[in-house]
Amino acid sequence: MGQGGGTTMPGHVFLRLAPDGLSELAVGLTDGIVAVSATNGKTTTSAMLTAIVGPDHAVCRNGAGANLVTGIATTLVNRPRGATLGVLEVDEAALTGVTRQLSPTVIVLGNLFRDQLDRHGELEMVADRWRELVATLPPSTTLVLGADDPVIDGLAGDRANVVRFGIDDPRVSLGAQDAAADSTFCVRCGSAYVYDEMYLGHLGSYRCPRGDHQRGTLDVVARQVITDGVRGTTFRLDAPDGSRNVSLPLPGLYNVENALGAIAAAFVLGIPTAVAASRLAQFHAAFGRFERIAVGDREVVLLLFKNPTGANEALRAIADDVAGAQVVLVLNDRIADGRDISWIWDIDFEGALATAAQITCSGTRAAELAVRLRYSDVSPGRVTTETVTEVAFDAAVGATAVDGRIFVLATYTAMLDLHGVLADRGLTQRFWQEQV
Amino acid sequence: MTLRIVPLYPELLSIYADRGNVRVLEQRAHWRGLPVEVVPLALGASFDPEQADVILIGGGQDRDQALVAEALIAQAPALRSAIADGVPVLAVCGGYQLLGHRYVDQSGRHTPGTGLVDLETHAGPTRLVGNVVVDVDLAGTHHELVGFENHAGRTILGPGIAPLGKVIVGGGNDGTGTAEGCLEGRIVGTYVHGPLLPKNPWLADQLLAWACEHRGLPTTLAPLDDQLEQAAAGAAAALARSERR
Ligand SMILES: [Zn+2]
Repeated sequence: MGQGGGTTMPGHVFLRLAPDGLSELAVGLTDGIVAVSATNGKTTTSAMLTAIVGPDHAVCRNGAGANLVTGIATTLVNRPRGATLGVLEVDEAALTGVTRQLSPTVIVLGNLFRDQLDRHGELEMVADRWRELVATLPPSTTLVLGADDPVIDGLAGDRANVVRFGIDDPRVSLGAQDAAADSTFCVRCGSAYVYDEMYLGHLGSYRCPRGDHQRGTLDVVARQVITDGVRGTTFRLDAPDGSRNVSLPLPGLYNVENALGAIAAAFVLGIPTAVAASRLAQFHAAFGRFERIAVGDREVVLLLFKNPTGANEALRAIADDVAGAQVVLVLNDRIADGRDISWIWDIDFEGALATAAQITCSGTRAAELAVRLRYSDVSPGRVTTETVTEVAFDAAVGATAVDGRIFVLATYTAMLDLHGVLADRGLTQRFWQEQV
Repeated sequence: MTLRIVPLYPELLSIYADRGNVRVLEQRAHWRGLPVEVVPLALGASFDPEQADVILIGGGQDRDQALVAEALIAQAPALRSAIADGVPVLAVCGGYQLLGHRYVDQSGRHTPGTGLVDLETHAGPTRLVGNVVVDVDLAGTHHELVGFENHAGRTILGPGIAPLGKVIVGGGNDGTGTAEGCLEGRIVGTYVHGPLLPKNPWLADQLLAWACEHRGLPTTLAPLDDQLEQAAAGAAAALARSERR
């Protein structure tokens, strides 16, 4: 990532000298390594896990721009002196290679959604590789699985060393199936799953009508989930060591899933869930994940969007707060964003943005967003196009009343650029400074 | 006299946001005051040729494609009768491949298709991925088709089958960057996926005009203000040309 200042260079050099040398780099991480992978939420989950275990372990953690083999090598080369625990988010396609070399003690697998097909090949290919990987894991490796995703739950097979997390709350279930749902066919026989509850995309409580696969028994569970817009979410956490209420300062069911994954992984590392819950209450959003930044007397809410399911969840989370607000949508199509922008047609803009005061489309593919909104129910008079994101952002801030809120949904490189702009104005740290 | 848009198995065939194409046809009919209804065909249901004015076949994941092929072959006689009656078809990506006789994967295994069009597809060694521009002559008018392709299949057209257009930028049917898609009567097959109709409203309107003719409605469609669509197509075409491989 150019913005990160060539941050994967040391890893490139090291791997050229020792192509299989990742394991050497991990020597000294005596508390082990936790690998976190998922299409959605791996950055937030590993950030949450780091926040939970930080007081008890000296943690070495990589960032979203460094989740391929070279980035992980760089993270390990540059790690803080005395680090004993690795918390590594790993790209879905890189998981097999990284796991073979680093032998993580805990692997957290959250979900698999359709994402950036032009880089990864199809969802099913990743799932197959994960299945092969799990079959070769030593029994000592603990798998922490997002059981609301049938493909992830199906990875458990007959393994003993598995911890399942998920949501169990009919009140937050969507009625109909989400248009962005991907994997709704039985991993064993191919029949369509029957969903008793569906939370986001294809995540939910499902069973095969032929009876050969259903969601496994949850070990770490969120019940009585109450969402409160951008302000956050509360839920009752039921875990093997007891129950307690959790108040999460991040909105959306996605973040409930992320928190459950982090709490479950920390529990495997020996941290009581009550401790984890209280540490999460202080958690600050990772890069672009509902970050709230004060700009003068106004508040900017930054939301990263990279695939339809994540975008739909973000739109659902801000639905109550977006009325009368300025919204800036930024769509870039650089490699890290995914060059194919078809997926914007799977986002449910219908209903979600109809009450916004003004929506500005920006980024390298701003024109495509404007067309997408034309075919939604947003009134055309409320949509403008401004390719230069900084200009679009300033106009939206200028059009917002004192104490008002501006919502920015941006793809990855667009979010990096915007962060750079805000950092230049002294409003937030540079992204890569937050990584260490 | 309601126009009926029939996407086939959208729960399985919508990997590249194919529902965008459905949305565009529906809205463009709606804006012109044409009564319109989207009637998806569900897996296990029978296709009724009397109830369709335009048929859409999208792309699926590899795993789902075999499941769909089996279902679709069972409906092929009914589809054939609709096509003979003048119902247009837009088949994209995996849907395009399903129009043909077969798909042959890397290991040489054949998955039969519907055989609605004389073509077949073989898995290639690489995926053809990127922004594309195609020159198309349709109903006597020249157009530029702009979009994105992402496919491993190499599609070979039978001797009597015309391509949809000539590749300006992209891999096209077989990676040689010459011919793209197929045009057989009112059957349009193409690898240009996802927001295909949003950026190419002329194609949406041609499909609608054919659909209107089939339903016995006037085929001259009121013009719409397509400045946004033209801007998006222009930007995408410029991008494709700038990264021409
Ligand atoms: Zn089954």
